[in-house]
Order: sequence, then structure tokens, then C-alpha cells
Amino acid sequence: MNGIYLDNNATTMVAPEVVSAMLPYFSEQFGNPSSMHQFGDKVGRALTEARRQVQALLGAEHDSEIIFTSCGTESDTTAILSALRVQPERKEIITTVVEHPAILNLCKQLEEEGYTVHYLKVDKKGRIDMGSYYNLLSDKVAIVSVMWANNETGTLFPVQEMAELAHAAGVLFHTDAVQAVGKLPINLKESRIDMLSLSGHKLHAPKGVGVLYLRRGVRFRPLLRGGHQERGRRAGTENSAGIVALGKACELAMQTLEQEKTEVRALRDRLERGLLAQISHCFVTGDPGNRLPNTCNIAFEYIEGEAILLLLNRLGIAASTGSACSSGSLEPSHVMRAMDIPFTAAHGSLRLSLSRYNSEAEIDYVIESLPPIVAQLRKLSPYWRGDGPVSNPQDLFTPNYA
Amino acid sequence: MWDYSEKVKDHFFAPRNAGAVENANATGDVGSLSCGDALRLTLKVDPDSETILEAGFQTFGCGSAIASSSALTEIIKGMTLDQALLVSNQDIADYLDGLPAEKMHCSVMGREALQAAVANYRGEIWQDDHQEGALVCKCFAVDAVLIEETIRANSLHTVEEVSNYTKAGAGCSSCHEGIEAILNRVLNERGEKFDPNAVAGERQKPSSGLTNLQRIRRIETLLEAIRPNLRRDHGDVELVEVDGRNIYVKMIGACAGCQMAGATLSGIQQHLAEGLGEFILVLPDSELSRRKLTTAASA
Repeated sequence: MNGIYLDNNATTMVAPEVVSAMLPYFSEQFGNPSSMHQFGDKVGRALTEARRQVQALLGAEHDSEIIFTSCGTESDTTAILSALRVQPERKEIITTVVEHPAILNLCKQLEEEGYTVHYLKVDKKGRIDMGSYYNLLSDKVAIVSVMWANNETGTLFPVQEMAELAHAAGVLFHTDAVQAVGKLPINLKESRIDMLSLSGHKLHAPKGVGVLYLRRGVRFRPLLRGGHQERGRRAGTENSAGIVALGKACELAMQTLEQEKTEVRALRDRLERGLLAQISHCFVTGDPGNRLPNTCNIAFEYIEGEAILLLLNRLGIAASTGSACSSGSLEPSHVMRAMDIPFTAAHGSLRLSLSRYNSEAEIDYVIESLPPIVAQLRKLSPYWRGDGPVSNPQDLFTPNYA
Repeated sequence: MWDYSEKVKDHFFAPRNAGAVENANATGDVGSLSCGDALRLTLKVDPDSETILEAGFQTFGCGSAIASSSALTEIIKGMTLDQALLVSNQDIADYLDGLPAEKMHCSVMGREALQAAVANYRGEIWQDDHQEGALVCKCFAVDAVLIEETIRANSLHTVEEVSNYTKAGAGCSSCHEGIEAILNRVLNERGEKFDPNAVAGERQKPSSGLTNLQRIRRIETLLEAIRPNLRRDHGDVELVEVDGRNIYVKMIGACAGCQMAGATLSGIQQHLAEGLGEFILVLPDSELSRRKLTTAASA
């Protein structure tokens, strides 16, 4: 088999149709869309078309609400910094403990600069308590930023309800929707969401292009000032090939939304059932009843994720883990820690994220391949004996560690 | 993806001596569930010759933790306990053709398990004395704990001083923001402020009022005082050259090529600086030849 890609929450393959759509914009359509000649004119028209394609997928009311950026991180940063700059008297931010580093590290920096950041906690299934959220909303809060879908577990947050509450309290609402766009139907004109980030490479467009949706009328300050591109809201010559590609990818996503909900979900469920049936001492993390159709995150107890990945990779299977083994000690991801997953399991969390390009044969191969890998690593684990964990691993194995 | 050598991959995919040794008479446990990775080393030691007849490992950890454990058991089989104790974590990393900077702690865990197992065999209690923090400098594998301790112990004020004492930040310089953050925190605790324009070590005058000969003799005496500590770890140090505030030394025995050589050098530097009462730099002798080459090239 030629490699099985189950890491679509990290990045996706650029769809072949998208590649063909963008290629001319490297060669014959190389013009600067701002130029007053035929070379620029055609590119300008292509950008207009792409903007409409993105608008359609997001259900935005106006195409001018779409601002092209370079990536999801830029969109996130622009949204939060803009909200702070238009409301200098508001010094608080509300977000969650399980956001992407694009939000969390920015918030950490803003705390250093004197802002107060409220991090909403999640329960064991990764869910927010709406009551505590409601109580935090006040006229001191500049912006709420909450992800639509979690990248590790796929768990969905009730962003539309949260946006309603924020709106009622007079607080701006931003959502990092990079994992949700293209996988779930979105209709922004029916929502109270003020700003939304998306990233091209998560929905079969190339890397290096993203979008910030900015509701008409929401006060805004650009991150990059300079030329008049994007109506002066994001200066810098347009990445025309990337933007055309993203437009095409959005058009394709419109057509495949149904497929995500049915076929991709069915494959994911088949994979999950197959693994859970064969492997003991493992469980699905997050909120299985309320998550992205393509994501499956299983924690395998008493083994470590990177070791699983290396063995899977040898069989040509690509996945990812919430265990980051780097300096000092193993560190389970902030998402696993936030959900209070025990250390024994958090280190062995494996994320399998599918796309419409996966086949049933591939899924069956993974169902067949993973159980022996888990067994092999458990055989090496000091916490495992025979076909079960040692009793009270914490007590039995008491290393001499000062 | 981590940049693992073929040797690391080989020892991960086909680990040697996996599992517990039957009738083992020495066990070393390091790490724990709560701190993440864990390694149990079991040995069968011949009581007469103290030779390691068999070695087995059980590891809860990533690819390089498993590979390091496997390599360790291969290295020490057939050694006497005394020989095995000379195995450094760098030896384990070298055996595997190197480990990524972020993964060096896996080899440290191997060495510690070995020390713990030998202590267990001899009826001693082994205490782990090192603490690791988040990796700050990737070029020289220096973590936050070492940087913070060095800043405190030597009252450092600038990034340049931190680089001189720990090597952190002396390479690609991407970590300077992180070093500044640590400096800022420690200085705030002392009621001082981090000043990016402060000049490193210029506050102290290089001379201590000694003649050159007196100064070199003083350095020798000071080095003599710390030799016993180094010899305990089967290492030693030799004074090679004194050039103004730069003092070049050669690390000998187990100290040579030790992963902790950087920390040892900064320890020596601190000791000499205190004894001489002036700001000095202790540098490895390799630095001397490098500097000579640079001078020759530019001449």
C-alpha cells in the first residue's frame, strides 16, 4: 500500500482540482491584481471569484467580509489584536484552556503586557460550562475567542450560542474555525459571530493562505498596514495562486459537506469500533457524541504515543499523538491535561483524522495493524504484565527519584 | 519528525534485551508515571567477579527512550560494575550515533537507571540529583532550570553573560527572547530590572592586582581544590593557558566529552571567579586551538 494518511487535522492533501485551478496563476496569470493592465486585470477577477466561493461556504452576507491572510495564525492574531485596539478601555479576554497555540501563546504574551485572560476550563469530555462563561462576560471584556472544533479530539464548542451571549453582553466574538470549515455546514449570516479564522491547508487548499471573516460594521484595526489590498485591511500583495486555490477548495467543500457527514463519518466510526473491539484498556477522548465527523482520538493506556507513531509509520500509516516527548520529561498535550486524562493514558493518545480521500480498505488495514503494535509496546512497558496492567502501577513501580 | 539516526531506529524497531531478566539480583528504577517516562533496568551480576552477565529493560516512553534503554543493555553486558559506572549518557548517545538535543534526557535516564541498579546491588540508596526544565537553547541543549540556577548563582544580568556561563544562546540566537524572559523574572525578584543595553561583565575590572605568575599560581591552587570532586566522577581538569580573562582548561578522563562538561565548566568558572575576585571565562582547550586558527586565518 502506498501510504495511508490519517492526519488530516494536521494538514490535508491539496485536491487535484485545486492544483489545476491555481497553476496558471504562477505562469501566464502572474500579474499583480492591483495593476492597470491586462496582466493584472484577469488576476483581479479571479480573486473576486475566489472571495465569492469562500463567502458561499461560510454563508457570509457580503463578499467584502472575507479578508485573505497568510494562515490561520495570522487571522487569529489580527482578530484579537484588532479587538484590543478598537476598545483600549477593555483589558480582558475570554478564551478556553484547550485552544490552539496560535491563541494561547498570543494570550500569554498579552498577559505579560498587562491584559487579563480568562481561560474557560473543560470537563473530562472537553466540554465548557456555559454558566461560568456567562458570568465572565462584562463590559471589561474586549473579545471572546473560542475554537469551533478542537484539533486533537474534534470536540465541538457551542460557538453560536456563545456568540449570542457575547453579543447580548456587547462583547465581540471570534472563533478559530480552522478545523470546522469544510467539515461542518456554517452559515455566518444567521449567527452572531463577529470574526472567524480559517486556514486553507486544512481543507485541501495549499499552505500559506487563510481567511479572516470580519462581519460588516465590526470595528477593525489591521495588523499589517501598507498598500490598499483587501480594502486596506490586510496590506501586502495578494498570494493570488493561493487565494484562487482556496476559492476552488471552498467550492469543492460545498459539494462534499454531505459526504463528510455520511461517508467520512461512517469510515471514522468503523475505524473506532474496530480498534475498541480488539484492544483492551483504551478509550475515546473528548465528547464522542458531539465532534467532527472525521476525527477519532483514542488513548491507549500504559504506552507512549510517539512510539506508536514510529511503528505505524513503518507500516505506512500516518497519524499523530497528544504526547510530546521533549526535554525534561514526557508532557501530555494541554488538551489531554485539561480533560484530566490520567497520565497512564494521556501519553498514549493517538489521533486519527480522516478525509474524503480515505477508503474502506485503508481503514481495515489500520484496524488490522494497530492491535499488534499496541501489544508489542505494552510488552516493553514496565506497567504491563501478561495481558493486563500491573496492579496499582503507581505503587508497585516506585522509582528512586529525588 | 524527529531526526533519528539509523542506529536509533534499529534499536527501537528491534530492541535488544527487552523485558525483565529472570533471577535478577540488581534492579534500577528511574522516572515515574507522574513525571512521564519510566525505565526499569534489571541485571544479573556474577557475585564473584561483579560482571554483568545479563541485562534487561522495560521502558514506558518514546522511541529514543526505548532505543537508549536497548543500547545501554548492549553496552554494559560483560562489563564489571565499576566499568559500567564509567558509562556516561554521552556514551549511550554515541553508541546510537547521536540523539536530537530534545531527546538527550533519554540517555540520561539510561545512565541513571544503571547507577540506581548498581546502588541497589551494593545495598546503597541512589539519589537522583539532577533536575531538568524545558529546553531553551536547542543548539547546545541547555534547559531553563540550568539557566535560572546559573543566573542566580552568578548574579548575571545579560544574555551575553548567560551565554558565557552556560553556552545557552551562543548559537543561532533564536532563544534570546526566552533567556531574556528568565533574566527578567530573576532580576524582578531581586528588585532589579532587565536592561537589554547592559554590557556583559564590564562592571568588574579584569585585573585583581596580582602579577601574572601569582595569578596563574592562584588559579592552580583553586583548581586543586575542586579536583577531588572531579576525580570522584573519574575525571580531571588541566590548566592549559591563561590569556587575560580567558582561562583555557582541558577536561580529562570521564569529564572529556561528558554531556555535563558545559555545566562542569561553568562550575569551575564560578569557583575561579570567586577565588580570584574578578570576572573570568573558563573555556575548553578546543576553543584555544579554534581561536588560534581564526587569528592565523585573519593575519
